[in-house]
Amino acid sequence: MRRFGSPSGRRLVAGIPLAWLAVLFLVPFLIVLKISFSEMRLAVPPYAPLFASHHGVPVPELHLSNYAFLVSDPLYASAFLYSLKVAAVSTAVCLLLGYPMAYAIARSRPSRRTVLLMLVMLPFWTSFLLRVYAWIGLLQNDGIINNVLLYLGLIHRPLVMLQTDFSVYIGIVYSYLPFMVLPLYANLEKHDPALLEAAADLGARPFARFLRITLPQSVHGIAAGSLLVFIPAIGEYVIPSLLGRTDQLMIGRVLSDEFFENRDWPLASAVAIVMLLLLVVPITLLQRSERRELEARR
Amino acid sequence: MSAAGEAAREGEGPYLRIEGVSKRFGGFPAVDDVSLSIGRGEVFCLLGGSGSGKTTLLRLLAGFETPDRGKIYIDGEDVSAVPPYRRPVNMMFQSYALFPHLSVEKNVAFGLEQERLSRQEIRQRVGEMLEIVKMAAYGPRRPHQLSGGQRQRVALARALVKRPKLLLLDEPLAALDRKLREHTQFELLNIQKRLGVTFIVVTHDQQEAMTLASRMGVMDHGRIVQVGTPSEIYEAPATRFVADFIGSVNLFEGRVTEARADGLDIHCAEIGAEMRLACGPSSAAADGTPALTHGALALARGVPAVARGATVWVALRPEKIQLSRPGAPGSLTGIVKEIGYMGGVSTYLVEIASGKLLRVTLPNSARQSEHQISRNDTVSLSWHSASPIVLLR
Amino acid sequence: MRSPGYFSRAMLGVGLVFLYVPILSLVVFSFNNSRLVTVWDAAHSPTLKWYAALLANGEILDAAWLSIRIALAAATAAGVLGTLAGVALARHGPFRGRTLLAGMTTAPIVMPEVITGLALLLLFVAMEQAIGWPRGTGAVTITLAHTTFCMAYVTVVVQSRLAGFDESLEEAAMDLGAAPATVFRRITLPLIAPAIVSGWLLAFTLSWDDLVTSQFVAGPGSSTLPMVIFSKVRLGVSPDVNALATLMVLAVAIGISAAALLLRYRERRRQRDMQLAAAGSS
Repeated sequence: MRRFGSPSGRRLVAGIPLAWLAVLFLVPFLIVLKISFSEMRLAVPPYAPLFASHHGVPVPELHLSNYAFLVSDPLYASAFLYSLKVAAVSTAVCLLLGYPMAYAIARSRPSRRTVLLMLVMLPFWTSFLLRVYAWIGLLQNDGIINNVLLYLGLIHRPLVMLQTDFSVYIGIVYSYLPFMVLPLYANLEKHDPALLEAAADLGARPFARFLRITLPQSVHGIAAGSLLVFIPAIGEYVIPSLLGRTDQLMIGRVLSDEFFENRDWPLASAVAIVMLLLLVVPITLLQRSERRELEARR
Repeated sequence: MSAAGEAAREGEGPYLRIEGVSKRFGGFPAVDDVSLSIGRGEVFCLLGGSGSGKTTLLRLLAGFETPDRGKIYIDGEDVSAVPPYRRPVNMMFQSYALFPHLSVEKNVAFGLEQERLSRQEIRQRVGEMLEIVKMAAYGPRRPHQLSGGQRQRVALARALVKRPKLLLLDEPLAALDRKLREHTQFELLNIQKRLGVTFIVVTHDQQEAMTLASRMGVMDHGRIVQVGTPSEIYEAPATRFVADFIGSVNLFEGRVTEARADGLDIHCAEIGAEMRLACGPSSAAADGTPALTHGALALARGVPAVARGATVWVALRPEKIQLSRPGAPGSLTGIVKEIGYMGGVSTYLVEIASGKLLRVTLPNSARQSEHQISRNDTVSLSWHSASPIVLLR
Repeated sequence: MRSPGYFSRAMLGVGLVFLYVPILSLVVFSFNNSRLVTVWDAAHSPTLKWYAALLANGEILDAAWLSIRIALAAATAAGVLGTLAGVALARHGPFRGRTLLAGMTTAPIVMPEVITGLALLLLFVAMEQAIGWPRGTGAVTITLAHTTFCMAYVTVVVQSRLAGFDESLEEAAMDLGAAPATVFRRITLPLIAPAIVSGWLLAFTLSWDDLVTSQFVAGPGSSTLPMVIFSKVRLGVSPDVNALATLMVLAVAIGISAAALLLRYRERRRQRDMQLAAAGSS
């Protein structure tokens, strides 16, 4: 099919971003993959070259030692499992809070919808780091929440909330709630109200209408929103660093510690590769749902 | 007036010539070996269902697609590989494709600006053109400030202001409501005559095609199945597809029992009769009165080349059938099963002995008369011997 | 059927309170006199002393200036690259490398930042070894890294804006005699301009806000504002950070209010236009 644009001009339009992403996105991952099979060296850079020169002939040296180490040391398995748990719980909480929010916005008067959506989006434009930081002041032992509760006489001793699982859930739900609400809203807003009227006409009570009409139709929105929360939550670094436990690390923190504290680049790379493998399925699912969404708009 | 006549009067070849053009999309033949000639000043309609290839053919002419095979000549020049912005052809899009960020005036001026005309001339020509389409008062408005009919006229003005010799119109009236559509059809023809532009109109609406076209081409599965004037195509369809696509038709399958130089004998089990076809304008009109028959057919267009034993189809338009009280012995009779009142005419579904249902339309002047036909009446069916058409495909 | 249930409305209220209480607490306690961020010193508050301290803090100001420069450069580069990618994806039909481009433009959005950061640093190290550039890590590598993940957002915004417009607009322009470059300049670009602007703003915000990727690819002496804040707040709350947060919230609030006013004005005009169109059809 002839599209507008001369062939050379068209090639440039697609070619420049393609080249940029190939060099700064694709190649880096190949390097990570490569280094994950290398060994740590006390050198600059701190890893062994992948090809050892053997009588002038390059011979690949593949070490599986990093992966073997990941399997043998329970620290890593526990960090992976803990990350999965945190991401799953946070996603579930986000959904339980975000769904009614999106529903309420989608069913409100059109003039009010824009304002409500903006209110949900607004925190996203302010610094993520500072918003997470705000929770330290709220949650710490002599923090605002404890002070208020003590003042009201509801508790007599401060609750320990900071550096617990609870504070990590709070941080993730708080930071990623807009990502749950927006796709759900986009989905719910398209629902035809006549369907609910038809269901009511056929004798369905409000809860049955929700369960049998609204919920099944919003499956795609639920999937998109959940993936948008779950995927970044797995690799979250800032939130557990500021709010999380010190006795149980999440995998993003493990990677960063291996890299910055232990200077073990090959092991950090191996952690990254395993993390990527974990995320391949959800990321593919997300891309498929986004493509569907984009095609539906055409 | 036929295209050939038109072209001959201009004293030159056809203005647009399409030679053996094919276009495939992923193995699917969208346009399949199409050849076509269109003369100056014609209004040519490409008629077909969705997926028939009519829009692809139009896009090939505009230059948005390049043919896989074949050539397109405009005014004798091969334009097959010429990009759309260098073709002397303009198009009016089905969606109108008005630039939403430009005013009506700027939309119309866009094409002239590409020709690098002087500001003065552009303003003058835009003004004239908006006058012609009666949109002069709306120059500063944006497209979304216009109604559907107004947008249609701006789109027409934008395409015509470049004074193309050939204007392509993709479903020009599809987005308008019915009342407006009828009115606009005639307006479109007026402007076409006034400016002397050749129109190629793509439409799926046979009524629209009949009204607009000086000639039309019926497309199916990427091929042009028949080209002719609207009356040629209606009265003498070339295939069962055309007969069925344009208007409604009763089709009877038959077998050729005898093929002679001057006629055919067809056994038509569905009518339950032997039909004798003779070559000539009419079989039994020696006294000048039209023969009403169901046995004999006149072959106005000569004897088709068909062998004995071949399967053919006899096509008969519903309005060509007469209904009367049964009387004449040996005549074809049937029982009226349904009557559909449609205002000016009524449609009758008549079941004949073979079980076949025939569709018959009669004007409703007869409906008020004393021999009114009602459901379950037994009626005689007859038709003029020149009315049925024999179709080989 | 339009009115939402009480439950969902209540949850919306809870959700919004949840979203805004932390931000509000930052703002309120930025005016607190006490160094203990969480104890309101009623006798000496409100005070602007933390704002004064902030403005005297050279480290924070330097970091903020570096962050602004990086964000400007990265957002602009990402705007150009993302626009090209968005146009290619939305308008070029199937072409070789399309799937790759589509995949690579959405992947950075969901990729955990620790992985992106690690991968980019390893790339920069390998590049320096191989071709001697970039020499060391710093503002340049941070900008390159930010451009890469920001362009993904611009691409998505531009692509979805273009998907909302019929491609026949560009075809019509060509049909009227405009060559491809003219079509892009006079039709495509004006159509996607709002998307480019919002993509740029988004990219600027993301770059300005980025911590993790920057930490990996920043060298010694090139600390961005989030890096400085992070190292401060890791040790606990700090009132001058509250002051900084308040200033940033204020900036965003002003920007959003301006955008909201513009939107409202546009909406009014749109409604008037629709009335005009309706009047025209009668």
